[in-house]
Amino acid sequence: MPLLVPNRHRGKLIVVEGIDGSGKSTQLSLLSQWLRSQRIAVAFSEWNSSPLVRETTRRAKKKNMFTPVTFSLIHATDFADRLERYITPLIKAGAVVCADRYAYTAFARDVVRGVSRKWVRNLYKFAVRPNLAFYFRVPLEVAIGRILGGRNAIKYYEAGMDLELSRNVEESFRIFQGRILDEYEAMIQEVGFHVIDATGSIEEQQQQMRDIVMQELGQNLRNGILRASQGDIDAAQAAAHIL
Amino acid sequence: MLLKPPLTFYSEPLAGVDQDELQGKLIVIEGPDSVGRSTQVARLRAWLEHEGHAVLDTGMARGALAGKGISQAKDGNLLGPITMTLFYATDFADRLENEIIPALRAGFVVLTDRYIYSLMARAIARGEDRIWIERVASFALVPHAIYYLRAEVRDLVTRVVLGRGSFDHWESGMDMRFGTDMHDSFIRYQTRVIRALDRMAKRYNFVVVDAAKTPDQIFKELQRSIAKLF
Repeated sequence: MPLLVPNRHRGKLIVVEGIDGSGKSTQLSLLSQWLRSQRIAVAFSEWNSSPLVRETTRRAKKKNMFTPVTFSLIHATDFADRLERYITPLIKAGAVVCADRYAYTAFARDVVRGVSRKWVRNLYKFAVRPNLAFYFRVPLEVAIGRILGGRNAIKYYEAGMDLELSRNVEESFRIFQGRILDEYEAMIQEVGFHVIDATGSIEEQQQQMRDIVMQELGQNLRNGILRASQGDIDAAQAAAHIL
Repeated sequence: MLLKPPLTFYSEPLAGVDQDELQGKLIVIEGPDSVGRSTQVARLRAWLEHEGHAVLDTGMARGALAGKGISQAKDGNLLGPITMTLFYATDFADRLENEIIPALRAGFVVLTDRYIYSLMARAIARGEDRIWIERVASFALVPHAIYYLRAEVRDLVTRVVLGRGSFDHWESGMDMRFGTDMHDSFIRYQTRVIRALDRMAKRYNFVVVDAAKTPDQIFKELQRSIAKLF
């Protein structure tokens, strides 16, 4: 799709998307361990994690200061910081960057919050296009069961409480996630997601992911990208301890 | 050249804003760094209040949501160009929705020291895509009047040297290293900013004011023009 900048670098970018409780983070973690076990240089980037922007987002969330537009813009700022200072340099260096959520999260979530599809797609136009984007498709009820079973409290913005869909947090969360799910489903063709059935067993899903990675990027993983010898790994680990 | 109400959005209307409710006036003072904008804003405010208008003055990176974060990020000199543009856009959106629009609803004269145009000019000067940033900023309201204090870059240098007495890292575009030192980088960066603003002048209906005139002359010119908005 024409929205994002093609990745012309040696390294590769793999992203996972899906609603909360789809199991995407677990799968990405397993995938990156598998890549590392082949001595591939792997880096990891998580949505909403820029140290430069974190404090602003945290404070504004606490005080419920966000509107749909500022919510969207601050997340794009966070994303831009991670892209400019972390993801792009690492891809240039030849690493495989694994991102837990990417611009598509904004395409789904921010639109549900009320910004236009066109505006948010333009907003992320500077982003590098992933080499692989996995979408973990899960029925709403399954995802909600996982979330409610695993954690104690759903947060205000996570539940979409700012949209005033319902006064009940759980009900609001249900409606909000349902709408996000619809947005994801509607963009599959547009953004070229590889759809993974997230109701399958963890092992089945992981095998599917690895098959797709080998099929799509196998050649690159054997040649182009950055690999470590055991000596490099030891040295890097030693350096990390010093730092 | 001067737009009369009702106020409209450029192309991306903000949810929950009824444009007919915006009874105030939105007046923008634009121009590059050190051109003398804040002096004029202060004098205009005093004059407008004397005339009996309630005035809100606001400016870049002063918002409750992102102002502090921007200033901390700038201290660390770690801001990439796109990150900086979007951080400023966040601040602008916050001030638009939480300060400017409520004030316009209440019938205030909103006097803003810069608007989306500086934000876009800085982005363009840093090599970002013009169409991209124009679309990002398209949720802005079209002001009643935009006064562009236009100066040549050599006059800005004079003002910096005689005023603050030293160059500023960000005003010199040193994050992009346009030159080997602050002076050279300032010249190149501000030249690009001025060029970007010049190119916007027609499209966005700027009233161009020659900043080489004395502050008194400029003030009188602004006064005469603003008086016509009421």
